[in-house]
Parts: sequence; structure tokens; C-alpha cells
Amino acid sequence: MIKLEHMSKMYGDFPAVIDVSVEIQKGEIVGFLGPNGAGKTTTMRVLTGFAPPTEGTASIAGYDVVAHSLEARRHTGYLPETVPLYLDMTVTDYLKFMGHLRGMDDRWIERRLPEVIDRVKLDYYKNTHIQKLSKGYRQRVGIAQAILHEPEVLILDEPTIGIDPVQVVETRGLISELAGDHTLILSSHILPEVSAICKRVLVIHEGRIVADDEPRNLSNKLQHTERVQLAVRGAEARDVIGALRSMPFVVDVRNDSSTDGRRITSEGALPFIVDAKPGNRAVEALAKTVVGRGWGLVNLHPLPMTLEEIFLQLTTEEDVK
Amino acid sequence: MRTSLTNIRYIALKEIRTYFSSPMAYVVAAAFLAITGFFFVASVSDAFSEASIRGFAAGAVFFMIFLSPALTMRLLSEEQKLGTLELLMTSPLREIEIVLGKFFAAFAMLAIMIAGTLYYVLVLFLFGVPDLGPVLTGYLGLMLYGSATLAVGLMASAVTPNQLVALVLGAGVLTAFTVIDFVSQRVSGIAAQVIDGFQLGSSFSTSDTSNFGVAEGGHFADFARGIISPGDIAYYISLTVVFLFLAVMLLEMRRWR
Repeated sequence: MIKLEHMSKMYGDFPAVIDVSVEIQKGEIVGFLGPNGAGKTTTMRVLTGFAPPTEGTASIAGYDVVAHSLEARRHTGYLPETVPLYLDMTVTDYLKFMGHLRGMDDRWIERRLPEVIDRVKLDYYKNTHIQKLSKGYRQRVGIAQAILHEPEVLILDEPTIGIDPVQVVETRGLISELAGDHTLILSSHILPEVSAICKRVLVIHEGRIVADDEPRNLSNKLQHTERVQLAVRGAEARDVIGALRSMPFVVDVRNDSSTDGRRITSEGALPFIVDAKPGNRAVEALAKTVVGRGWGLVNLHPLPMTLEEIFLQLTTEEDVK
Repeated sequence: MRTSLTNIRYIALKEIRTYFSSPMAYVVAAAFLAITGFFFVASVSDAFSEASIRGFAAGAVFFMIFLSPALTMRLLSEEQKLGTLELLMTSPLREIEIVLGKFFAAFAMLAIMIAGTLYYVLVLFLFGVPDLGPVLTGYLGLMLYGSATLAVGLMASAVTPNQLVALVLGAGVLTAFTVIDFVSQRVSGIAAQVIDGFQLGSSFSTSDTSNFGVAEGGHFADFARGIISPGDIAYYISLTVVFLFLAVMLLEMRRWR
């Protein structure tokens, strides 16, 4: 449903997102987790067609976001971080206007609008000027415009930022309800929020995806891993993965499909990334295993940036009960 | 897939509604009618003055340098400031549909204001014997001149999220196009003619400013005299197209920053 292939986005000389490849299936609920400035918003802007990628491709429902931008946008509902509202319009007028721009005809809007207003519980305020609504209610209007045209893909950028705790709980409940009808991406810098809503979490740090897992595995990994990159020659990928996974302190092994991975390999070698529990001299043990099997060890080094560092930058606790 | 005309219409209608719900449009309309009314009265109140709209038209042409950017300054600046531009640009809309929708809304407002001046024509017909030709061409000229000035204003609004900056920039560009004859007077031959060809409206520098009815120079003068020249029409339409195109380019560039 959503596909990013070696996607990079530069702002001038600054790389906001570097070589990201992700595939998200229909119906998945995916969280982008990362500290502020990690590249979450930029990735979302690429997917929504607001900012085209500098390198690589992105597609929504099979439509490339650059080549078939209008089609891709038609399948997407988007709530930007700063909820964009016309303050001088009433809730109903605003939603009708947005519906028209999304290509809905009057009959469709007539049918859909009451459903959406009911869903986000704005019935009492439907003829109120948006100006007069509190932040939490404005957030609901923002969510309403995103789901109005029944998009297959829903992209919510920090949907609970800046609203009061009670409304945070309500908004999360609403998002969880919506999840059934859409392929959903939401971004957050709050670990428990992502864990509560999402079935899959991508941890983004300094423009790269540094972890991609289920929330419960992630919490363990985030706190207790160090990461090693290695390249092996003369072996099948699944043999290497099998051999390394059987080592007691290894948490995860996977192919490294990034450009960085290709860079460290010479001809015929395969790049891997290994997550290991710390304090086990992982680099030495991995070297011994690879060499012991008779494979060629082309490259082996610990990655300087550990998940633990990122974890420290995330908001891991909250006062919302 | 729906035609882009539908999208243009939805954006235009929304903007027209916003115009009527904010005090800005009323203030601008009142100022426009007051100032053009003054020019009109000044030009016909002499005992021997001619029954024509040339005085009013000269005033309108002058005042639109500020009025048009004031009408358009909000249109794209506010979208940038509120972040709603992100909403428009992630909706299945083309940039040109956004720009044209906003342009037509501003043009409709201007047309309504200009329609308010038909009162002056009524006065002329009641108390004098005006020549109908120059009145009709004068109004045609005002619409064309208005569309060119609105396009410049809209382009300025695409440049910045700050409405005041958009106003000053728009009025600045229009002023530059108007007083360009100060340059042409100081050069000679072909160069002077080429520069004169770009003059938007009269800068009053070549006319007797004590008589508001006579404003020479620029592409508006012939319309005021009752002459429809293809060159003048082409000039205003080209200016409109070029500046609307610049506005579209500015929006598209935002994606690639």
C-alpha cells in the first residue's frame, strides 16, 4: 500500500532523510517514532506529495508520489503537525470545502459528513466557527478532514501534540477506532503512545530507520542492544542469519539493504546488521563464528549510534493515566 | 477524474465568501469609491468640463496600484502562514487551479467595486451628454488593467507569508511599471519606445496634473479616449498571464526547497 525505495530528502545540503526503504501492507498500523528533528515529518511530507524526494521513490496505493501525484494524493488523508484550519469558517463549511477539493461530489459529502462529524464527536460544534474551538476540538476537525474522503491511507503527524491530557486519551481512542478502516501511519516522539496504538514501529533517528519491529520487542531492544554491521563472503544469506541467530546474545540479524550496506561490501559479499545484548564482546564473538564456519569476513564494525542513545532522547514516560 | 474547472470554482467561491465575511473588502471598496468619486467630481465640476469618465478612470488607475495588492495580499500569504497551503498542496489539486481560483475571486471583487462606479455614469447621463464609446472602452480598459494589477498582487502574495510585505511588494512592482517613463524620457530611439511599451498606466509625468481628465502615457490612455487597440489588450492580458504563471512557479518551487 505504501512503499519507499531508497528514498532520501535533502534540504539544501542538509540530509533530512537518508536512504529509507520501507514497505507497508494494506491495513497495517505503523508508528514513526523518533526524537524531534529525526525526519518523521519529512518522510510524511514525501508520502503526501508535499515535498518530492531528492533520491529514490515513494508510492501510495501503487501511484508514485511524483509521477502520479494527484492519484496518490487522492488516496491519502493527511493531518499535518500544525493543524491547518481556516479559522473564519464553520466546521461544516470547512469540511465541505475540503471534501470538494478532495474530489467528492455533493451527494457523497451529504452522505459522509454526518458520519464523520459523529465519529469525531463534533455534532454540538458543527456550526461553530473554528476560531472559537479549543485546541483539542480543532484537532478533531483536523482528523475529520483527513478521513472525510474515505482515503485508504491515513497519515497523522504528531496527532496528540499540544492538547490537554484528557483530550490526548480521547484522540488516541479515536485513532485506534479509525485504524480498522485505513492503512495508518502516525508519528510521535512518545514511546508509550506508539506502543498503545501501533502494531509496528519504525524508529527514525537522524534521517535513518534504525529499528523496525513490534512495539513489545522494540522496548526490549531499545534498552538492551548494541549494533554491529558486517559483511560476509562465500555464504548464503539464510545460513549466515541462522548461524548468527543461534548465538546466545544475538537479538536479531537481518540483511542490510541500505546504500551504506552496499558500500562496505566488495564483490560477492553480503551485508548484515546484528543487534546484540551489550557486554558480550559481540564483535569478537561474531568474527570467531564467521571465520569458524569458513566464510570470508569482509567487514565488521560496531555502529556508533546505538538504539540506547535514541531511547534516551525519546519521551518514555508520560503523566497521562 | 473531475475537471480542474470544478476545483477552480470551489476555491474561488470559498475566497469570495471569505471576502464578504471580513471587514477588509468593505474597507477597500469604500476607499475605492471615495477616491474615484473625488477624481470624478474634480474632473466634471468645472463649468466647461467634458462629460466623460476619464477623470474617474485616471483616479481608478492610480488607486488600483494599491487597491489590487490590498485585495490579493491575503490570498496566498495567509495560506502559508496558517499552514493551510500544506493542505491544499496535499489535496489532489494542481497549483494552477489554486492560483486561478484565487485570481477569479479577487477579480470578482474588483468587478463588483467597479460596478459601484456605474453611478458616476448615471450622473453623467442625467446632467450631460456623454459620448458612450469612451465610457464603454474605459470600463473595458479598467477591467483589463485591474486583472493585470491583481495578477501582480497575487504573485507578491505567493512570495511571502507576511501580508504587509506582499502588499508593499505588489504595489512596488506596479509603481515601477507605472513610472517606467521616467527612464524612457532619459534615453532615446528604440530603447525609449521599448521601455514605453512596458508602461502600465499614466504616471502623470507627461500630463498636466491640474487637469485630471488628461492622462497620457501607458496602455490605458487609449481606452480612456475611446480607442480599442489590440496592442493594449494584448499587453494587459500578457501581464496577467505572466504574473499568474510566476505565482504558480513560486508555489511549485515551495515543493522543491
